[in-house]
Amino acid sequence: MKIRVLISFKDSVLDPQGQTVKNALHTLGYDYIRDVRQGKVFELEMDGISGEQLEQVIPEIADKVLANPIIEKFDWQIIE
Amino acid sequence: MKFGVVVFPGSNCDYDTLHTVRDVFEQDAEFLWHKDHDLRGADCIILPGGFSYGDYLRSGAIASFSPLMQEVREFALSGGLVLGICNGFQVLLELGLLPGAMLRNTNLKFLCQHVHLRVENAQTPFTRAGKEGQVLRIPIAHFDGNYFTDDAGQLEIERNRQTVLRYCDAQGRLSEESNVNGSRDHIAGLINTQGNVMGMMPHPERASESLLGSEDGRVIFRSIIEHIKETG
Repeated sequence: MKIRVLISFKDSVLDPQGQTVKNALHTLGYDYIRDVRQGKVFELEMDGISGEQLEQVIPEIADKVLANPIIEKFDWQIIE
Repeated sequence: MKFGVVVFPGSNCDYDTLHTVRDVFEQDAEFLWHKDHDLRGADCIILPGGFSYGDYLRSGAIASFSPLMQEVREFALSGGLVLGICNGFQVLLELGLLPGAMLRNTNLKFLCQHVHLRVENAQTPFTRAGKEGQVLRIPIAHFDGNYFTDDAGQLEIERNRQTVLRYCDAQGRLSEESNVNGSRDHIAGLINTQGNVMGMMPHPERASESLLGSEDGRVIFRSIIEHIKETG
């Protein structure tokens, strides 16, 4: 089973890297882009774990290690 | 008294820090390897600057899971003095021993320069040899030094007088330009509510000998030594 965890800054946290990418896109003429937020992707390959356990374990891993809950939020999905 | 300087893979200010406490201040000091489980009787633990684990994941994040950090956490929770410098500050934030988090500098540049700092609280074990309002000139060298905490966190920090050092100009004024990395409320140095764990982005070990252009960093080490001598 493969899980994809997406980490991004909370909406209340300024993301200067996202802002810089947005400015670059504007320079290239993509004026319709209103905002860009940059994040990180983790793909976890897992064995021997039930769907029920996943619901508990993934948020635990994300909060403890993959994200810093003070500034970041996460989202996850099963991709395989 | 004895200092313990923790060494992670990627620490690069460990020797400077050891040199400062051992050769400049003539105190006992030794390195503590991050994989060990022993603080070797140190009275003060210093987490030095550098790029522990290559800053992978987030600055200081992987180091906070090191075996020795469990001992450091217990040492801190039982009142032991812990100073985190630069990457060491980031580790203390990731460990949850200090509130908040570090973001990338707002101008997205690695900043390596001398800055001015205003001592906001001179009643801590790390600043007691200084004076409130005193301006120190100490260098910084970091990419992720933009201190962040939310509004509620900021209120807590103010209420408990946890801000120890703030970025300022040469006259001690909090101008916008002096807040080089964009830190919330100009925070450069922060202490926990118990008053025994401090993190600071500037490098006092790089400003403790006139040869290096400034001796202002001595205040920090002098304070710690005074405090431990007095409290045993």
